[in-house]
Amino acid sequence: MTASPPLLDVRDLAVAFDSDGGTVHAVNGVTYALREGETLGIVGESGSGKSVHVLAMLGLVPRPPGRITSGQVDFEGRDLLAMPERLLRRVRGAEIGMVFQDPMSSLNPAMTVGAQIAEPLLLHRGLDASSARARARDLLDLVRIPDAGRRLDLYPHEFSGGQRQRVMIAIGLACRPKLLIADEATTALDVTVQAEIVALVQELKREIGMAIVWITHDLGVVAGIADTVQVMYAGRIVERGPVDAVFSDPRNAYTLGLLRSLPDLSRGRAGRQRLRQIEGSPPDMRHPPPGDPFAARNPYATPRCRAEAPPLAQVAGSVPGHLAAAWYDLPALLKQGAGR
Amino acid sequence: MRPVKPEPLLAVRNLSKHYPLRHWWGGKSSVFRAVEDVSFDIAPGETLGLVGESGSGKSTIGRAVTMLNPPSAGTVAFEGTDLSRLPAPEMRRMRRRIQVIFQDPYAALNPRMSAGAYVAEPFRLHRPEMGSAERRDAVAGLFQRVGLDPRFSGRYPHQFSGGQRQRLCIARAIALKPSFIVADEPIAALDVSIQAQVVNLLQDLQEELGLSYLFISHDLRMVRYLCHRVAVLRRGRIVELADSDTLYENPRHPYTRALLGAVPVPDPAAERARLRATREAPAVAIPEAGPLQEIAPGHWVAQAVGA
Repeated sequence: MTASPPLLDVRDLAVAFDSDGGTVHAVNGVTYALREGETLGIVGESGSGKSVHVLAMLGLVPRPPGRITSGQVDFEGRDLLAMPERLLRRVRGAEIGMVFQDPMSSLNPAMTVGAQIAEPLLLHRGLDASSARARARDLLDLVRIPDAGRRLDLYPHEFSGGQRQRVMIAIGLACRPKLLIADEATTALDVTVQAEIVALVQELKREIGMAIVWITHDLGVVAGIADTVQVMYAGRIVERGPVDAVFSDPRNAYTLGLLRSLPDLSRGRAGRQRLRQIEGSPPDMRHPPPGDPFAARNPYATPRCRAEAPPLAQVAGSVPGHLAAAWYDLPALLKQGAGR
Repeated sequence: MRPVKPEPLLAVRNLSKHYPLRHWWGGKSSVFRAVEDVSFDIAPGETLGLVGESGSGKSTIGRAVTMLNPPSAGTVAFEGTDLSRLPAPEMRRMRRRIQVIFQDPYAALNPRMSAGAYVAEPFRLHRPEMGSAERRDAVAGLFQRVGLDPRFSGRYPHQFSGGQRQRLCIARAIALKPSFIVADEPIAALDVSIQAQVVNLLQDLQEELGLSYLFISHDLRMVRYLCHRVAVLRRGRIVELADSDTLYENPRHPYTRALLGAVPVPDPAAERARLRATREAPAVAIPEAGPLQEIAPGHWVAQAVGA
């Protein structure tokens, strides 16, 4: 086993937002590492901190109202949180590529697609205009946009939704980043287009070998592309581990609840049961409950869950690296048939 | 002996919705066919799912059958009455029986109207004879029915979560005891952990009140679970219509197959295998949809045009 330092090392990251109604503790003590070439799927719902913690580490959370209250984020050994904006901008454009949900609002409607793909190359790679243009055409080819040479001179509205997302991926990959962060990158797309984008990203990963952080609420997409999955709830990581272990042997009740609430596509209507819903709503992050934030909705919660937040710790009886934050022993409870 | 088919609650025949496209220089104008020659029935107590990609005409159909945006051609018969020919006052009365739930409950709610007043509004509009005490009791009953604490009736929309707001919209929709609800992407904006709650609620209400639903959704997993029958739309036309088990287990139109084949499976080994198979599968050309043909009882598939 080689113990090369991680590409991305997030330690004890906490982010708060000041609002009229009080301080929102959006991210609390998030700690994880990402290896070179690894694909990490981050799953969670709105308010889970899955997007905010990434924006915070890239210096994209507006301050005020946002504040990073603790933490260190090393990317290739350099602390992003301590980096001056000038250098951070370079990392963002050149070393970490980003793709967001809505390509229409991320793309400049008044600038040709070719110019937008070439921009990071001119800015960060020091290419001259004609070689940047040639590289932009290669990138459009790479993301499988037909007739790339001609389409460089078109504007975003002249592309379909799926093609605009491909253009965003081309921009994200322009400088051959070591890390690509995709935040709900396929959520707004139709299912067939999503399938094409997922296939494309996987192919590009094989060709380029970058690491990927894929943020989504869709457990299906994560199942197919992630090496590691990380489930977030109320600003915390509640479970994390190799994707097969987490899906087949979840140890946190929220993870289990998410997996169980999905209806089975292959099951017919005969003899079907009510969907197993998670009761209640996520907590108000201005007044987070003491203890495990999921306790109020968790049929397996113990008195300790309501009093004390569980640490994220290695799960007994599972593979190394399978971590969960839970005071209860989920497999044992499931065997007893509790909380059904 | 064949069982007698119940009278459909809703019978849609040859429904089309066209939008004129005019060029700015006033030259030749053309027509955008958002929905073209769509026909289907919905039986009492039945849920018909409407699936298809964005721009396929799903929502346009939902707005046309409720006359929120009347069709350009075709008929929409509700309990035998053609809605498209109904004079305004009678349509107003008919609206008690036909309700709509939208994707974004926040947009549907009035930010300055309390939750209780919002749910009570249909009573004030359609049941003016109701006394205020009776109305208050009815609203409290509706809150309870959709799983909201009646003590929250004085709160305003921003004080509720997304799932609770959708419950408010559902409470208002069932206030006048409708028999038909168009649910247009009712769970698309909700968190995964809330979607199952709302789907279970819709299902419970259907059983109790005998409701029929037109369930418009891009969530193919939920559609299979919730819907008795499913119509697949592409470019404004139905390409396949069948009971949901038949459609999901034996899809016949290449577009239905492509759509179902693209749904990710939340099981890592199965999903990786699906991705591999997709990678190796040759691309299939999808023909333009022509008239529907009944290939088995109740299973309709569009014939290919120009094939």
